[in-house]
Amino acid sequence: MTPDATIMRAEDVVKRFGRLEVLKGVSLEVHSGETVCIIGPSGSGKTTFIRCINHLETIDSGLIEVNGHLIGYRKQNGELVEDSEKNIAKQRCEIGMVFQRFNLFPHKTALENVIEAPVCVRNLPKRQAIQEGEALLARVGLADKRDVYPGKLSGGQQQRVAIARALAMKPALMLFDEPTSALDPETIGEVLVAMEELAHAGMTMIVVTHEMGFAREAADRVVMMDEGCIIEEGTPEHFFTSPDNDRTKQFLSKIL
Amino acid sequence: MLAALEWHILWQRIFHPDHVFVLALWRTVYISVLAQLLGVVLGLIGAIMRMSHFLPVRLLSGLYVLVFRGTPLIVQIFFVYFGANLLFGLTLIPRTVNFGAFTMDGAAFAGIVALGLNEGAYMREIIRAGIDAVDKGQLEAARSLGMPYRLAMRRIILPQATRFIIPPLGNEFNSMMKNSSLVFFIGVTELFGDAEIRYSTTFKPVEYFLAVAFWYLVLTTVWSVIQAQIERKLAVSERGDELSFRERVFEAWAPVAAWGRGAR
Repeated sequence: MTPDATIMRAEDVVKRFGRLEVLKGVSLEVHSGETVCIIGPSGSGKTTFIRCINHLETIDSGLIEVNGHLIGYRKQNGELVEDSEKNIAKQRCEIGMVFQRFNLFPHKTALENVIEAPVCVRNLPKRQAIQEGEALLARVGLADKRDVYPGKLSGGQQQRVAIARALAMKPALMLFDEPTSALDPETIGEVLVAMEELAHAGMTMIVVTHEMGFAREAADRVVMMDEGCIIEEGTPEHFFTSPDNDRTKQFLSKIL
Repeated sequence: MLAALEWHILWQRIFHPDHVFVLALWRTVYISVLAQLLGVVLGLIGAIMRMSHFLPVRLLSGLYVLVFRGTPLIVQIFFVYFGANLLFGLTLIPRTVNFGAFTMDGAAFAGIVALGLNEGAYMREIIRAGIDAVDKGQLEAARSLGMPYRLAMRRIILPQATRFIIPPLGNEFNSMMKNSSLVFFIGVTELFGDAEIRYSTTFKPVEYFLAVAFWYLVLTTVWSVIQAQIERKLAVSERGDELSFRERVFEAWAPVAAWGRGAR
């Protein structure tokens, strides 16, 4: 794979909730190794867009490809029809997702959370999964918490376990849906450090965030969304020093 | 009035039960347990059918609950045992049902089926509520990890739903043990039937029914202790604590001890 191969391509994605159009034709390309931060006011469609990328939401028109595969749909007689549960599940193996509210499995320990999908979905031998899982927990700084249940972990620790859990499937793309919004201020830092480490290690990442510090430090590209459209995109420098769009300026002046 | 009681009958029924009585007790236990198991299985199937994308499957599940929750249990028991024979002249359930390794009285078998069918309608609602009570984010997380729906259900959702299902399930089983007395009316001599037969030959209803009430109370009390243990264990694994048996006993006694101290 060439370094700038396209990992994710969204073309004219439209999504409606009833009569409300939340995505009005969003197009975005993300290349291998890139970290793209999506920012914008709440209600702008950032979260909906990122959820469409692994088909947690259906889309009403347009298309999304990850690694060259259509996500959630297949072509049939020139039209897109929703794919089977099994195929969608297979496509999702390529896409890791980290949620705002962690969504760790409360009945499983940190390590069990991490090895669950590799063992049950990828059919990895348990011993190998445990080895890899321990390495991942060590990578996010939680080697000593391997046998602890999520209920006993702080928010920041839970989110780091969630990152390790998503990484365990060796995804080509990682999606982060406001990963620090539900955290206490003092634990935000440890999660951002883990994400920065991941970005520097060359993971392809799409991050919906309000953490402008993270966007400035770790992002290769920043995308601004408003009212269901991408209104501006560019490098962090461009974005935080001389944005073109008035709404971007307004938003940044409020948040910075 | 109390003096008219023949206490020795009551005493004998409680402290020196004969083998006929023990057999009747055993019937009540196994009929209740098997019917409850059948009810859980049917309830689970019904709950899963209710979530189907296919409308007729959902309707079937709804019809099942409508019928079995909306008609008297005793009528259902009669229909299961006699219905096919009276309506179509078919013998669905023979006098003795042969399972290869063991045989079972046909009436007891019909009783288990009827009680289980009835229970399944209630269990469907309990299981559905339990599944609904699991945070929606859990299914999303499981799916985002590439788990197909069924796998996510089996590995992630149902284990968590169990915590919500167990307490009402315990109450259901408590009712089941008492409702199982209705199978006497299709000729199964279980706990209630045994009392009924004894009283009809001795004309001592109060003694025999008091004794049988005592034995039902024993069954439900034993069950409530077991249920409390199961719930405690579930709560412990949910919190992620690993308590030793000694600590658990101590913890169970703590409120009682505190109450004792307060009373003094």
